[in-house]
Amino acid sequence: MRKNSQNRINDFVIKIANVNGTGSASANTLLMKSIFQMGIPVVGKNFFPSNIQGLPTWYEIRVTKNGHTSRSGRVDIMVAMNAQTYKHDCAEVSPGGFLLYDSTWPRRDVLTREDITVLGIPFSQMCNEAFDDPRVRVLMKNIAYVGALATFLNIDCDVIRSRLKKIFAKKANLLEANLTALDIGCDYAAKNFECPLSIGVETLNKTSEHMMIDGNTAAALGCVYAGATVASWYPITPSTSLIDAFNAFCERYRKDPDTGQRRFCVIQAEEELAAIGMVLGASWAGARAFTSTSGPGISLMNEFLGFAYYAEIPAVVFNIQRAGPSTGLPTRTQQSDLIACAYASHGDTRHVLLFPSDPEECFYFAVQAFDLADRLQTPVIVMSDLDIGMNDWMCPRLTWDDTFKPDRGKVLSAEEIERLGDFSRYEDKDGDGICYRTYPGTHKRGAYFTRGSGHNQAGGYTEDPNEYQEVLDRLLRKWDHAGKLVPQPVVKRRKGARVGVVALGSSDGAVREALPLLDEPVDYMRLRAFPFNGKVKRFIESHERVFVVEQNRDAQLCTLLTAELDVQKSKLIPVLHYNGFPISSEHVAQFLYEAMREESVA
Amino acid sequence: MSYLTKPKVKVSGIKKNKLGLTLRDYEGGMSTLCAGCGHDSVTAALVRAFFELNLPPEKAAKVSGIGCSSKTTAYFLSASHGINTVHGRMPAIATGANAANENLYFIGVSGDGDSLSIGLGQFAHAIRRNMNMLYIVENNGVYGLTKGQFSASADMGSKAKNGTINEQPPLDSVLLALSLGGTFVARGFSGDKDQLVPLIKAGLSHQGFALIDVISPCVTFNDHEGSTKSYAHTRENFHEVVHTDFVPPATEITVEYEDVAPVTLHDGSRIVLRKTSPDYSMTTRNAAWSYIQDHHKKGEIITGLLFLDDAAADLHKHNNTVDQPLISMPYDKLCPGAEALNDLFEALR
Ligand SMILES: Cc1ncc(C[n+]2csc(CCOP(=O)(O)OP(=O)(O)O)c2C)c(N)n1
Ligand code: SF4
Ligand SMILES: [Mg+2]
Repeated sequence: MRKNSQNRINDFVIKIANVNGTGSASANTLLMKSIFQMGIPVVGKNFFPSNIQGLPTWYEIRVTKNGHTSRSGRVDIMVAMNAQTYKHDCAEVSPGGFLLYDSTWPRRDVLTREDITVLGIPFSQMCNEAFDDPRVRVLMKNIAYVGALATFLNIDCDVIRSRLKKIFAKKANLLEANLTALDIGCDYAAKNFECPLSIGVETLNKTSEHMMIDGNTAAALGCVYAGATVASWYPITPSTSLIDAFNAFCERYRKDPDTGQRRFCVIQAEEELAAIGMVLGASWAGARAFTSTSGPGISLMNEFLGFAYYAEIPAVVFNIQRAGPSTGLPTRTQQSDLIACAYASHGDTRHVLLFPSDPEECFYFAVQAFDLADRLQTPVIVMSDLDIGMNDWMCPRLTWDDTFKPDRGKVLSAEEIERLGDFSRYEDKDGDGICYRTYPGTHKRGAYFTRGSGHNQAGGYTEDPNEYQEVLDRLLRKWDHAGKLVPQPVVKRRKGARVGVVALGSSDGAVREALPLLDEPVDYMRLRAFPFNGKVKRFIESHERVFVVEQNRDAQLCTLLTAELDVQKSKLIPVLHYNGFPISSEHVAQFLYEAMREESVA
Repeated sequence: MSYLTKPKVKVSGIKKNKLGLTLRDYEGGMSTLCAGCGHDSVTAALVRAFFELNLPPEKAAKVSGIGCSSKTTAYFLSASHGINTVHGRMPAIATGANAANENLYFIGVSGDGDSLSIGLGQFAHAIRRNMNMLYIVENNGVYGLTKGQFSASADMGSKAKNGTINEQPPLDSVLLALSLGGTFVARGFSGDKDQLVPLIKAGLSHQGFALIDVISPCVTFNDHEGSTKSYAHTRENFHEVVHTDFVPPATEITVEYEDVAPVTLHDGSRIVLRKTSPDYSMTTRNAAWSYIQDHHKKGEIITGLLFLDDAAADLHKHNNTVDQPLISMPYDKLCPGAEALNDLFEALR
């Protein structure tokens, strides 16, 4: 396997270990965005506990001149601000790396590694001397380590200062404290250590067309642009920030300028059954509506999802996946709801799934999800995850075509109903399995009855075996048609590749970084939607072996591929990662390297 | 049409309302409920109320859960959209539909099992949000559709058809609604159309959540001796506390009664209440609560419009939604456009 270069300028990982509830999040964002502003690509990952105050939390910033988007698996400088986790944090530093800690309380007994450099700075002591308010002392410790890191890593302090000035434009006393704390860290590092270290940054020009955004914010923005007017939800990590962002965008863009009245309605439901129910009610009545949830919420929504599938009501659901089963690890990431969502509900049900791989795709897929739901008259589940949804990603400028018109699908207007004379809700007039619908209140001849019980083409109640089966079979035709409308997989072929890799969602960055490190050329297919189509089957068939990279224990994607496509199961080799942290490129590269070497030896 | 309808025979001289529609125009598919089921009388009352209020059928939206009672929505207003949802979750569907289009008359029909057992949570939250809808609980004390198990509204000591005695205390939707902040709380009896029709008309005209709990006997599983939701038991213990008359807007109000309390609703219509019990106060929540409880202890079923608060804000007032229904909002008023994305780009750098 080829190794990444040893030159660590603009190519290293900072990991900050802290206690949650101490305000370190804003300091870490400040640090990352300052590096980003210097034109150097960054990746930020937050590993936080399911707790409000007092438990360990980590923030990882990868500085990556090549613009990789996943974790590398390394730690080059650990900022150990949590004595509870010193031992663990010390062990995690890559050989040759650094560990910075608060030496107000020296801890030579724990920090004993010979192959790393330990840097001690008395942050607490200095902040206690400089500030009176105990709360401010705690907060400023974070800014002080940002200052020290700036000196160690050659980060432009003026960039940091100007960011602080922007943030605290209206809070002069806070600005002053922050600037003081920054200097405390900068000065101590400069006076006591040889700076900069062997790792560090140099200005580049690789970020001017990027912004930093998390997937939930981007998805919420997509919902606004799609014209969604009704949202209903029940709070659950890591999906809550999607609704928060939708609300915030709507407050900004969707208020009547004269009256201040809202052109949207966000309802916090009593539970997820109600949340999806409200979405279905609103969609049935003709609005674009959505909900955002995570695994436990999906479990609760099952009955209604089956109802929507069978009664053919559009709905958009965002599933920001987290680590299960049950409550699992609510603040950690996974791709473990694939099967639960693909076949959610009892009876023969299948749902359209979209797999965005980053915030940019969250935005565009959110818009597309509404078009697909309306066109196909069925729920569409956008399968994001905590890593995409809650972490800040570098994202290219989002663009919008102002001539865009939403596709509301086959909906009859009063005039059309008038002209048609008779209306039959579940009749397949066009042969694509999709029927015409009407909104309540449109026209008395367009009225029909929506039910989850057996119904015939006219929507009438039926227990007649043929009538019942006719509708069920038509739904299957609609499903086949869906395969043509959903986003197609992205394929990258290499000359002479015998082996293929299939992945989806947030595993993409790790796979893209890992493949060039292998000795042998490998083809890559990134799935972007379920149902899969012929293209996916041909990709699998055209390779001797196909590695399926996914972030769950049970190889759910392998199961789904073998269940849905007539492919040989033994051809698929799962590459699994499911400890709750985002998959790293190192994990993928290592696995593929060993598996392929074994094969060539055998 | 999407389901069975009765043949519409044009009878000359048949009464027409102001829209030129006859009662038949407000009917629905043929009922498949048991002959004599109380639910069918509620259907008839709904048809009459709609007819008398001169409402255009296509402006109504019927919502229901699952149960014999929830099937009712298929048996009236075939010219309206209807949706038979899943068991106990109709309030959520109604809430979403109402959020999307507040210009429809929402009529929810549910059962005591649908609303007080599996759906109690959603029922409570619909009341709390004061969504603008008429919500009828066809209350028979049993699960009719699953063949006669006790429901949460079955009285203690009530005897099932197979002889089992109910040992769990009941929930009463009227008391619940009173304590949950319900703004229109009424009880009727399927066997008393004269009371039920004006109640439904008043409920439809109320701007907010109008609950009518209708005692609606299940002739197949809960109409025997020992049942407290039978026709005989209800007739015997029926106690009309306020007689309700409903007067649509622009109709001359002739006060015929001695002790009347007319209430004017938002649309100009009026509810005229004649107290049959002099000690009843309909505008004080606590008083209504105690009155019902006290009489319940004596085995009396208090009926009529029991509480009314006509000033409370509904879902959309609370949300400060635009006056125009959200479904008719043009897309260009919803999409911020390309320019806004550029501003955002700068802000997120
Ligand atoms: C999730 C679910 N559980 C159980 C049922 C079975 N079920 C159908 S109707 C019903 C009870 C209906 O009782 P009620 O609402 O009082 O209506 P009634 O038939 O008495 O009018 C039950 C338990 C179901 N349809 N769905
Ligand atoms: S079982 Fe009871 S509730 Fe159901 S239709 Fe028959 S009488 Fe009515
Ligand atoms: Mg019942």
